[in-house]
Amino acid sequence: MNLIAKPSKKNIKTYLPVGVVLVTLSFLDVFINAFFSYNLLGFFPNQISYFSPLILGFIGFYLIRIEFSGVRSLDILNKNINSNNFNAFLTLLTVFIIIKSIPPLLNWFVLDANFLGNSKDDCTGDGACWVFIKVWFNRFMYGLYPDAEQWRINTAFLILFIIVGISFFVPSKLKKYFILFLVFIYPFLGIELISGGSFGLKYVETAAWGGLSLTFIISAFAILFCFPIGVFLALGRRSSLPAVRYVSIGFIELWRGVPLITVLFMSAVMFPMFLPDGTFIDKLIRVLIAITLFEAAYMAEVVRGGLQALPKGQYEAARSLGMGYWKMNLLIILPQALKLVIPGIANTLLALVKDTPLIFVVGLMELAGMIGLAKTNPKWLGMAMEGYVFAGLVFWVICYAMSRYSQNLEKKLSTER
Amino acid sequence: MGKIIELKKVNKWFDKFQVLKDIDLEVASQEKIVICGPSGSGKSTLIRCINRLEEHQEGNIIVDGTELAENTKNIEKIRAEVGMVFQQFNLFPHLSILDNCTLAPIWVKKLPKKEAEEVAMRNLTRVQIDDQAFKFPGQLSGGQQQRAAIARALCMEPKIMLFDEPTSALDPEMIKEVLDVMVDLAKGGMTMIVVTHEMGFAKEVADYMIFMDEGKIVERAKTKEFFENPKSERTKLFLSQIL
Repeated sequence: MNLIAKPSKKNIKTYLPVGVVLVTLSFLDVFINAFFSYNLLGFFPNQISYFSPLILGFIGFYLIRIEFSGVRSLDILNKNINSNNFNAFLTLLTVFIIIKSIPPLLNWFVLDANFLGNSKDDCTGDGACWVFIKVWFNRFMYGLYPDAEQWRINTAFLILFIIVGISFFVPSKLKKYFILFLVFIYPFLGIELISGGSFGLKYVETAAWGGLSLTFIISAFAILFCFPIGVFLALGRRSSLPAVRYVSIGFIELWRGVPLITVLFMSAVMFPMFLPDGTFIDKLIRVLIAITLFEAAYMAEVVRGGLQALPKGQYEAARSLGMGYWKMNLLIILPQALKLVIPGIANTLLALVKDTPLIFVVGLMELAGMIGLAKTNPKWLGMAMEGYVFAGLVFWVICYAMSRYSQNLEKKLSTER
Repeated sequence: MGKIIELKKVNKWFDKFQVLKDIDLEVASQEKIVICGPSGSGKSTLIRCINRLEEHQEGNIIVDGTELAENTKNIEKIRAEVGMVFQQFNLFPHLSILDNCTLAPIWVKKLPKKEAEEVAMRNLTRVQIDDQAFKFPGQLSGGQQQRAAIARALCMEPKIMLFDEPTSALDPEMIKEVLDVMVDLAKGGMTMIVVTHEMGFAKEVADYMIFMDEGKIVERAKTKEFFENPKSERTKLFLSQIL
């Protein structure tokens, strides 16, 4: 390194342009190589040619690493992605990987993909066969729900979205009525509408429910019920009454210790054996109860973490003002504890949504299950990739939305400076 | 003046360690008592027993004619009548100062919201932080937080106020503003039991001084006598170190 002077403010005039040119050249080479399969630096011997962008970029980054250069944007760049040799190396590698991975992804998803047609034979390109998704879209959304009755699912979800939408804009005084309606009345209205059997609506058995709408129904009900149960279990586990405490501990540890798939299987296959003859509980309800109790056990531990994080003084202050157990917990402890564990709650609920595909073990087909079914259709063999990529994207959108909502909630409820 | 607090032969253990030994204490209505003593002498435990944040194992504690025992209903009634101010303020950080003050009156005393807010504003004005009513505890200085905590306790209109080292967690320059509020409260005729090391405050307001060491009340005397002519050697030693 003694051959050339260390980059500094003195030689910035020569080093900076040379460095920028080298870095640009290295990125350009990778870019052209990735998109147009032309090797810009091919005149180098074989091995060197392969590593040339890395070497050039590395030297370039070294040359522009000038401390206190006086150029603001350069300082920011150096501080963040070029603070030392290792950092510069990682930067180069990251950029190269991103550039390299764009063309194949772009090709598969869009450029070589097939959008038109009605059957597998229309998929002639090398890329994805989105025709598969297009043809099966209705099934992926509604499962085996009869086509003529699908307006009922649409209406139920439309009403939900409208109510939720309005509730964002009404004054906070009215908001609690909206929330009460959404939590205590709407779920049963929605289920009534979808399952039918009264008000002249045709009964649709739950075995026909499926697709994304079933994902939503199961997730929503499980979230709705597992949250309060989890909170009570968390309080129970910290209760001073031994009976309550041991029952809570037993419940939590039992459900946490068993895989969900086992629980679901037992709820569908073994549970009916214990019921008296003639009684019948719908399979969907049994599965829902199983998921709810399973996730409630996890929720309980998350909430308990929040309860333990609160200083003892909060309990003492509440008690010294004459509050009993329930007032203390509902007014003072839980609002703070739940706020603390919003990330953990969001985590559990996201896991819950992504666990719903497991209901396939009892024969219920939500989105991923429906895709699994469709890809085994003889006319559509070999479509697993498209199907599961689609499922992945849909789940990602749902989960990302939940994640963003939880982050907003965290910000909104924060009372610290 | 009638007795409002009465402790008879109170003993308390933390596991095997005895923190309170045969405590006898009577406090008349409107009396102000300052408890001092080295750390670990049981003074905090003593006043925490009076609103049963700690349970005593032997003896009787009678507050305003009700004996403290296992019966929960009585305990909540007593706690509503006994205000407590903590060393660490213990304000509720998720509520505004005003809500901190109105929460217990609304939910425990069943006061209508409007009335509770009036009471709260009156007490916040009394401790001179009415202009901070809509801020959250995290936005206030230590001294302001402690004054808010005093206001919160006063909103329950207690007959007795307990102070557990109210100025120990404060920056020196904020101690005075809190003590001023307490002096004002004392002059208003409140029954007060204060655990503190602020001897200037003690001299100004206390009717009686109590010196505790190793779980026992070593000396109980009128304030003037306590400072000018302490009887026990232990008290003399303590005073010589603290003054």
